[in-house]
Amino acid sequence: MEYQWNWGVFLLPSAVNDGTYLDWMIAGLQTTLLLSLSAWVIALLLGAVVGVLRTVPHRGLSGVATAYVEMFRNIPLLVQLFFWYFVLPELLPAAAGDAFKALNPIAQQFVAAMVCLGFFTSARVAEQVRSGINALPRGQKNAGLALGLTLPQTYRHVMLPMAFRLVVPPLTSEFLNVFKNSAVCSTIGLLELAAQGRQLVDYTAQPYESFVAVTVAYLMINVVVMLLMRKVEVLVRVPGYLGGK
Amino acid sequence: MITIDKVSKHYGNFQVLTDCSTHVNKGEVVVVCGPSGSGKSTLIKCVNGLEPFQQGDIHVNGTSVGAPKTNLSKLRAHVGMVFQHFELFPHMTIRDNLSLAQIKVLKRDKDEAAEKGLYFLDRVGLKAHAHKFPGQLSGGQQQRVAIARALAMDPICMLFDEPTSALDPEMINEVLDVMTELAQEGMTMMCVTHEMGFAKRVAHRVIFMDHGKIVEDDSKEAFFANPRSERAQQFLAKILQH
Ligand SMILES: Nc1ncnc2c1ncn2[C@@H]1O[C@H](COP(=O)(O)OP(=O)(O)OP(=O)(O)O)[C@@H](O)[C@H]1O
Ligand SMILES: [Mg+2]
Repeated sequence: MEYQWNWGVFLLPSAVNDGTYLDWMIAGLQTTLLLSLSAWVIALLLGAVVGVLRTVPHRGLSGVATAYVEMFRNIPLLVQLFFWYFVLPELLPAAAGDAFKALNPIAQQFVAAMVCLGFFTSARVAEQVRSGINALPRGQKNAGLALGLTLPQTYRHVMLPMAFRLVVPPLTSEFLNVFKNSAVCSTIGLLELAAQGRQLVDYTAQPYESFVAVTVAYLMINVVVMLLMRKVEVLVRVPGYLGGK
Repeated sequence: MITIDKVSKHYGNFQVLTDCSTHVNKGEVVVVCGPSGSGKSTLIKCVNGLEPFQQGDIHVNGTSVGAPKTNLSKLRAHVGMVFQHFELFPHMTIRDNLSLAQIKVLKRDKDEAAEKGLYFLDRVGLKAHAHKFPGQLSGGQQQRVAIARALAMDPICMLFDEPTSALDPEMINEVLDVMTELAQEGMTMMCVTHEMGFAKRVAHRVIFMDHGKIVEDDSKEAFFANPRSERAQQFLAKILQH
């Protein structure tokens, strides 16, 4: 039997009458964007701190940072998601656990997914930040210290500004990964883009249209992220240095 | 001004410095030379505490570098250092390179720091380049900026670690000229360098190091006329050939 393409399916009212199937896809896209962007903010903040700590000359601090990275990098994302969603609320002090369970189910899923993706990605960001710092010429740190700057001042004004510039290209791929990884969060019931696509298949029996729409949406996200990061790269470019002019 | 007293340092069981003692008086220019790996950079970095050492002590202007309670940042603020690879901060303009530590460490206000920076930039002949970034200058120019950056902190002495060895030959002199001028003004200087012409013209004393030890420590006249150790003779013969 030949497959009946029907792109009009997106304009049909949904089975549960809450708008069209296109509205479902748009809602999924919104969730994916909101989830990924907020996780990315968490990942950048935590990752920057942990990445810096990995390079400081203090055994305890760098040890804790290393343990953090190894833990979040090596446990599968799915396992981490189950931990944040199912296990942690039970382990929290009663008040915090109850507050979490008092949220509506969608908010619970979203918060768990955001924190999970944020921490998971932060470990990867931390590794990039660390290698950026280590890629700086060794003398830069000495030059800062020799001028009388303290170690934190040397990080702040001398090392980090250059390290972050070096790290923009590898961070682009981590940023893209956040969007891809966000699809895993459908396993706890979060209706993000991939989940909406699957739901559409169940309700309409038009799997190819759904598949194409989801794919195109992810590709569009990729393109936008890459253009954005290219822009950032150009903005922070240092005259006379590497790719600068 | 600088007193180095029986300093020893090791990495694991590799001895980098063994029992090094010397001193640099106020206004004196001391050149440190010796073969690669002999510990020259390590010794000079011990002076401002960039490298820790296990034995002995160093005093700069009466302050102990080795004492745990010494505020090293404070000490370093007044000890200028110039590196082989310049180490300007590439993401900042020349003006900001010169101002940063003045503002953050000496708490000068922005205008005062900028003015002071420009004054020293002018002295090394680069005032017109204040708005540029380090990557837009030649190596010799960058090194002169690095010297100006150190001078803007009003240092009581200056440390140089092979300031010309990363430069193309035609740029070496512009840097040596700045250093010579500084020496003539009475700056206390400790210079690791293989520029024997500079040493002959400018230095008061020459230190020769080998395998982490100070093998010779003599007036420049005595050192060049008649180096006592065989290693120093060989070294001089080799280096003066070209
Ligand atoms: N972090 C380190 N760990 C182990 N060994 C080191 C370290 N840094 C330096 N060394 C060793 O210490 C010795 C002295 O090094 P140093 O850089 O002081 O020599 P140098 O006289 O300045 O040589 P050059 O003329 O090549 O600059 C060398 O043998 C070097 O390999
Ligand atoms: Mg050296």
